[in-house]
This record gives sequence, C-alpha cells and structure tokens, in this order.
Amino acid sequence: MTTKQLVKDPLNLIITGVGGQGNVMISLIIGNALVREGYFVTVGETYGASQRGGPVMSHLRISKENQYSPFIPDGRADIILGMEPVETLRMLGRYGNPNVLTIINPRPIYSIDVTGGQAEYPDLGKLVQTVKKLSAKTWVINATEEAQKMGSPMFANAILVGTVIGSGVLPLNKKVVEPVLRETFPKEIEANLLAFNKGIALVKQ
Amino acid sequence: MANIEIDAPGTTQLFIGNEAIARGALEAGIGFAAAYPGTPSSEIISSLAQVAKEMGIYAEWSVNEKVAMEAAAGASFAGIRALAAMKQNGINVVFDFLANLVMSGIGKGGLVLVSCDDPSAISSSNEQDTQPIAKWLDIPLVEPGDFQEAKDMTKWLFELSEEIGTLFMLRSVTRIAHARGNAKLDELPKREQRTYFDQIHDLKSVMPTTFMPIPSPLRHFFLHMKMDKTREKFEASRFNQYVGPEKVDLLIITCGSCWLYSQDAVKALKLEAKVGILKLGTLWPLPEKFVESHLNKSQKVLFVEEIDPFLERSIMELVASLPSTSPRPTFHGKRSGHINAYGELNPDLVIKAISNILGLTYQSRDAEYSGEAEAVAKSHVPERSMTFCAGCPHRATFWAIKNALKLDGRGGVVTGDIGCYSMALGPAGFFQVRTMHCMGGGAGVANGLGKLGQFGFNQPVLAVVGDSTFYHATIPALINGIYNQSDFILVILDNSATAMTGFQPHPGTGMTAMGKPTKVISMEALCRSLGARVEVCDPFNLKHTTNTLLDMMAEGGGAKVAVMRRQCELVRGKKEKPPYKVQVDTEKCIGEACGCDRLCTRVFLCPGLIWDKKAGKSKIDEVICTGCGVCTDICPQGAITKEAA
Repeated sequence: MTTKQLVKDPLNLIITGVGGQGNVMISLIIGNALVREGYFVTVGETYGASQRGGPVMSHLRISKENQYSPFIPDGRADIILGMEPVETLRMLGRYGNPNVLTIINPRPIYSIDVTGGQAEYPDLGKLVQTVKKLSAKTWVINATEEAQKMGSPMFANAILVGTVIGSGVLPLNKKVVEPVLRETFPKEIEANLLAFNKGIALVKQ
Repeated sequence: MANIEIDAPGTTQLFIGNEAIARGALEAGIGFAAAYPGTPSSEIISSLAQVAKEMGIYAEWSVNEKVAMEAAAGASFAGIRALAAMKQNGINVVFDFLANLVMSGIGKGGLVLVSCDDPSAISSSNEQDTQPIAKWLDIPLVEPGDFQEAKDMTKWLFELSEEIGTLFMLRSVTRIAHARGNAKLDELPKREQRTYFDQIHDLKSVMPTTFMPIPSPLRHFFLHMKMDKTREKFEASRFNQYVGPEKVDLLIITCGSCWLYSQDAVKALKLEAKVGILKLGTLWPLPEKFVESHLNKSQKVLFVEEIDPFLERSIMELVASLPSTSPRPTFHGKRSGHINAYGELNPDLVIKAISNILGLTYQSRDAEYSGEAEAVAKSHVPERSMTFCAGCPHRATFWAIKNALKLDGRGGVVTGDIGCYSMALGPAGFFQVRTMHCMGGGAGVANGLGKLGQFGFNQPVLAVVGDSTFYHATIPALINGIYNQSDFILVILDNSATAMTGFQPHPGTGMTAMGKPTKVISMEALCRSLGARVEVCDPFNLKHTTNTLLDMMAEGGGAKVAVMRRQCELVRGKKEKPPYKVQVDTEKCIGEACGCDRLCTRVFLCPGLIWDKKAGKSKIDEVICTGCGVCTDICPQGAITKEAA
C-alpha cells in the first residue's frame, strides 16, 4: 500500500454537533478508514459526563508523517463537518480561517438555554449565510431531513459520511469506507449503505 | 469499541488510549483485571471484559476501587499477572491499601495500577493529579506520550513489576485515555495459566509467600532498594528521549499528552532548530543521570505538564543536589506563571508560553478574519448547558422532589453525589441539590444534618445517590444513619446501570462484566434487613412519588430509603421503540396567555420540548423526544397529549 501525500500535512478535520447525534461514530468510521490507508490519525473527542445535549466536537489530525496531538490549534481547521448549525458557527469562530471547507446540516437542535428563554437561537437563513461567508466553500446538506425520509434521523450519520467522501476533501474513496461501514453497522447495513450513497449523491448535486 | 484481541501482529489499529492499555495487558499475558467504572478509565476493563472468555482471562467490575485493587493483588500473590484501573478519585479510595501494599510487596504475578487523571475535571467532580501520590508512596510511575506507548508501556510494566517485586503505576490523562491514535500490534501469548498459592514458611525465600507490611522499618528499607533498582531500569528506558539540536534557545521538559502539545507547538512556530524537547516516559523514580545529561542543552528550560508541577519540582530538587559546577538553567513553568497551574493544556497554551519566553509574536490566522469570526460566534452562538437526556428518569425524580419539598414547606435540603444526577445542582434538576463531593459523600453529609434537631434544625434532609454509587460507598453511611438514628431519606436513583460512565452492570443488575448472569443484590431487601422503612417508586408516576416523599418526610424517626426505579432511557431506547407518541394540542396550549409561564419549556427543560416562537406555543421536537410522556402530567392545560405508539 502506498499512502498518498496529503494536500496539507497535517490535515485537520473537525466534526461538530450536539451530544447524542453521532459525532464519535462518524469520527470512528473516517479514522479507521484513514488508518487502513496508512495514515497517522489522532482523534480528540469531547465526551464523558452527560455530553448528550451538550456541544460536542471531534478533532481529526491526519498526517503521513507524525502522530499529532488530539487538539487542532486555534484557527487551523481545514475542514468542518457541522451536524448542527450553531455548533458549526461555534467551531468557525475558534478554528476557522479563510481556507476552511464547511459541510453543514441545517437542522437546529435547541439547547435548554434557548427553550428556557435565556438565549436566542439565530435566524437560520442568516446563520447559513454567515457560515458561507466564513468558509472558502460550503456544502449545505439537509442530512436530518433526508434521514427522516428514510425512516430514522440516525441515518444522518451515514449520509454525512457520504458527503465527506463525495466532496473529495479527504484522501478516501467509497471502496475504502464501505467495509468500515459494514463493520460499524452490521445489523442495518443495507439502509446505512443507502444513506451513505445518498450523501455522496447530495454533495455532487 | 475496537477489537483488542485481533491476532494480527504488525498491523496498525486505531485505538483509544484505554484500548491500547488493555491490548498491552493482553500482550503481556495478563490473567486478571478489575476496576470500578470512572471516566476516563472505564474502557480499559470494558474492552478486556469483552474478550475475557475468548482470551482465557478474568475481568470484573468490582463494587469499588479498593476491592478492585485488593482483588488484583490477590491474583498477583497467587502468581497471576493482574491489573487494576481507576480514575483519580479511585486512587483516593484505594489509598490505604496501596500504602500497605508497597510495604508487603507483590506476589509472583506482575501487578499494574492504571490511574487516569482528568485535567480540567471534564468528567469529574474534582481536578486532581495522582503523580504525587506515586511519589509519596514510593510507587514507580510511568506515563505514555501517545497510543503506541500506552500499549507498549503497559506490556513492559508487567515484566518490570515481576523483576523488581513491586506494584507499578501507569498514569494516563483524558487526552490519551479517550483520544484515538495509531498502535502497531505485537504477538498475543498463547499459554494456559495454572496457579497455586504457595504457603512455604521460609523467611529467607527471595519471593515472599506471606504478604504483610511488617516489620515496617525493614520493609520500608527494602522498598527504597526496589526504587533504586527501578531507577537504573528507568535510566535506560526507550520511553525517555530528546528531540532537537545539541544547543537550543529553549529546552522543553515534558511528559504524557503534553509531549504531543509541545511537538505541535514547536512545529506551529517553526522552531525545530531552536527549541529542543526532552520527553520523559518514566517519571518516578526520576532517571536523574538521563535528565542531568540534557540540562546543558539550553540556558532556559520550560516545563510543560498538566495539573501539578510534578517534573518541575522533582527536577528542581535534583538540580539543588547537583555540584555547583553543574549547569543551572533558568526554569520556567507553573512556578513562573508561564504554564497554567490548573486546567488542561493544549497546543495553543504551549505556543503562548514559548512565544512569551522567546519574545516572539504568533498569529494563528488572518487578523481580519479572526476578528469577524470571533465576533459573529460571540453574538450568534447561544449557550448549550448540560442537561438530562430527553426521557431521563432523573428529571422526573427531581420534579417530584421539588414539588414534595415545596408542599412540605419546611425548606428541605438535598445532598448530592457523583453521577449524571450531579447535574441537579443546576437547571437540569431545578437546582435542588446543595452538596456534591465524593462517592457516597452525600449520604455521609446527610447523617450530620439529620442529627441537628437539638439545635432547632427541622428541615427535612434528602440524600440522592445513584444505584451504582449506593453499592460503592453509601451502605456504611446508611448503616450509620440507622444505628445513630439520623433523620434523613436516602433517595436511590435506580436506573439499573452505571449510566454516566457507559452503562456498566453493578451488583443490582444480575449481570457480570463478562456478561454472565449472577445473583441480584436487591437494594430494597438489603435496606429492609437493616431495619429501614423502604419505599419503591416509579418516578414517571409523579403523583405517587411526590406523595410518598411527603409521607416519609412527615414521619421522621431515623434513616429511611426511597428507591426511584426506572431504567436509563439510553439503555431502554437501544432495545425498545418509544412507548408513546407525544404531541402538543395547539388548540389547548394557550402559550404566553397561560398562567403557567411556560412551565414545560422554561422550567421542566426537557430537550424534547421546544418553543415555537412564531406560533407562541409549545412544540415537540420529534427528533429528540423519546416518548416517555411525563410532560403530559405537568401541563396545567392538559395540552400535551400522549397516545400509545
């Protein structure tokens, strides 16, 4: 196996969302596929005490040469995969830069601060515009909506993995990721493969 | 979870640090592993338990960390390689045994203790460094700097432990334990393990067959000899290394995850030719000659380490003892204020420290972009406070507690404990809990409050505790309350799992770590046998739960027990579909016009209930709602409806 040179080394990917959405699942699938391709991968996750409902992020550092730390330095993200809109903006605020590529699922999950009335959830249309302005390129993917059409919001994970692969931002192709998906979702593999391919199709539209 | 028993030497796997440690133990031919779950240490035993049967080893969730360590020592005494794993608080629980074990020495089986610290207390009640405990008790200490080392060091420690005859400690931190990275596998041993506890009364025997800390002064002397022997091994360890040119402007001395942060920082600043890094893997006893031989690299030293200044102090001690002709660099670190003396570190904090010492300026990104991105994030990103999951039984329990205390009217006090329910200190549990310290601590504190009647204290006292915490450390406090007639109600939140750390089984679940059915130790039978009044409630039945608590508070007369029984929603949700379809009847919900002041969304705070701003009415978020239906009982208008799904 010859491991391809990266467009940038290390390549820094952030996956962000709300606890319970499936951050860890996505980072595992992508991370495992990259290790099989011969890369050093370090994944830093925020999880632990009742992170369900809290903001979560996974930092993936991909390198041909070194084991990097599990933290991307401020301002140094190359790709942001946002499973939730304001969480995507939270990450751009700290880790974004003029070259960052962003994939955003525009389905809000309201925090108790918002439902409780102590905080305001911004206008979604304006929010997506701001994300676009702060990114060199943005893909808006209605992953939750598409997943619900397929029968469960949980298929959003496989859809979003598909969008990352389909967008070509990582040195990974369908052939490498499919076996990892089969190992990750042994029970519902057909539906998840369908969702994965849907993700690839959506990003190419 | 990764497949740690894969028999594929030479291949590289993506492991979290805890899986790498478990794999290292398997490669060392471990026979016995025990722990009590605690973030960030839990996956060590869960991954070992998962493969235990196949690998011919034994793994258990012990009732608490003290028993886990003692059980592992028992295996070592009989010649089986054994491991115990715990978070920093667990080390406190097992401290007394450790202080005696170092004196008695171990058996023929190597014995390793893994201590996972949690800088910034991300999943902990406290921030605490366990490195000084190893130094204090004369336990040899190592710390892995990446995932490969986590595996390789664990394997190495079993050999060392047997050779030296003492317990070894591996300290890890959250960003190694819970981060993922590459680990190249070695062979798994293939051998059948048989054992017999030798009981020869031969005091001259090199290997003891009687394990005791006496005669203490002599044992203490032996222990120091073991530490000297360990130091020699550590001097030659491949886990200590220097990276950089012969002479540098700044020498970083670091260990653990900070080794990764330091490398990132030096690369980000492009200072590879000017800054060297001395990375230590063996921390105590300090490999003094190795350290001394690198102190002439620079006039300036920066210590990069998390929580306590462990290397900083140990190396300053060393330098103070060296001849005056030895190099005396200027030290920077926690003492000088260049590195935080609290909280976890990251590459940016190291970049800042290096820049500060060398007088450099560092820009992480385009300045104009930075200003705009920060401003937009600040003004447009709402807070996301921690809360109980949608459908969590704890929300219902604390709703009942809040209402019962209000109806009772005497200003009842709730003491808390360690678990998901610690969030009841905040809005998730309606600010009901007033104290939180250590496992079992809330019931202990309640014992004191419940005996203050003679000082005019008449407030009811409730101690909330999780089911796993009840078995871990609460039973002595309950016995004390019954024996000494202290007035409090022990409220056991029984969600049938050690939920916060990953749903591990406990003595009340009828299942072992290795998935074998076992006896259920019934908490209500146990408490009744002690003579306490015991009531069992379903917290989803708000009315019954509230009334039961009110009745118990009115009764007085010594410690009582209320069990709130309802399975963790995350466990239930994995096996079953939602029981109800919950909806808001938009005709009945009168929104702001209702006198309830948005009780459902503003106060009850279930993330499945949201506020439709346009309609001015409450709404169910169908992606989040788990269909528990509890909210249908709190709406004064009866506008929230449920029907069987």
